[in-house]
Amino acid sequence: MKTFPIIRIVTKILIPYILLFAFYVQFHGDFGPGGGFQAGVIFASALILYGLVFGLESVKRVAPPIVIEKMMALGVLVYGLTGVLTISLGGNFLDYQVLEHHFYPTIFPVGQHLGIFLVELGVGLTVTSVMTMIFYTFAGRKRIA
Amino acid sequence: MSSLIDFPILALLAITAVTIARMRDLWAAIMFTGIYSFLSASWMLILDAPDVAFTEAAVGAGIATVLMLSTLALTGKKDRELTHAPIMPFFLVLITGCVLVYGTLDMPHFGDPQAPIQLHPSPSFVEKSQHDMHGLPNVVTAILAGYRGYDTLGETTVVLTAGIAVMLILRKEKDESPKKRSKETRR
Repeated sequence: MKTFPIIRIVTKILIPYILLFAFYVQFHGDFGPGGGFQAGVIFASALILYGLVFGLESVKRVAPPIVIEKMMALGVLVYGLTGVLTISLGGNFLDYQVLEHHFYPTIFPVGQHLGIFLVELGVGLTVTSVMTMIFYTFAGRKRIA
Repeated sequence: MSSLIDFPILALLAITAVTIARMRDLWAAIMFTGIYSFLSASWMLILDAPDVAFTEAAVGAGIATVLMLSTLALTGKKDRELTHAPIMPFFLVLITGCVLVYGTLDMPHFGDPQAPIQLHPSPSFVEKSQHDMHGLPNVVTAILAGYRGYDTLGETTVVLTAGIAVMLILRKEKDESPKKRSKETRR
């Protein structure tokens, strides 16, 4: 589809906004509608759109499958480690209350906000990479027979 | 006023569903499922669930359509023509539909404050989340990540597991080098 100028240019214009919207949904999730699941699929759809228009090889250069593979597990790891972190700080598993800190609290999120931020980050990572990986495995196959 | 939007969308949903069921051209059917997803997303938005609408638009209309199309590229474009009228399945679907409609008769009205879901434990979450989460305005996120953190961890693990399963089933045999092939034949 690279040869269609309209599709190519519209895609190039749209992708930054899709990515920006994904980041907005991700990091604004505790204030507006959204969160890791939604942001993840929106981010992945931007990658998939790029892959559709510019070919599988181009998108694999942007997001190498070997990195995406690792990110699938990394997301769950971030989530789990947040829980372990709260245990090691003396709380229960995923008890964000203990993440309270006094290091520039106006800039860095505090307590519940920080916990939810980390957890949503993990969810977003996993969902993005799983969606992208599913696209790679589907698109990478050749026609049977 | 809202019924001006509600009824057309519900009618379009029904029409699209029937159209998909009657279609034998798979490519067009996939396009119609995309349309169906977009209509559902609009419907979710009317029901004040923008989160679900986002997901429906991105997954249902976007990614699922792409995956269906790439499946189509691997298989055929046309479904088989029907050789006989499917009477039995039709009655089965009709009866199931009637049972489902009968089931909805017992359900509380939409937005009914006396509905069981509104009485327990929802009010405690809505009332307490502002205090518990230090002024986190989005109750949905507070419940998902705060009150129901374990569940969400489980969900994320399910997503990872599903991804791994898809990779294991569909992954292309990586460059079948003669070395590896000979090893396999030896076995």
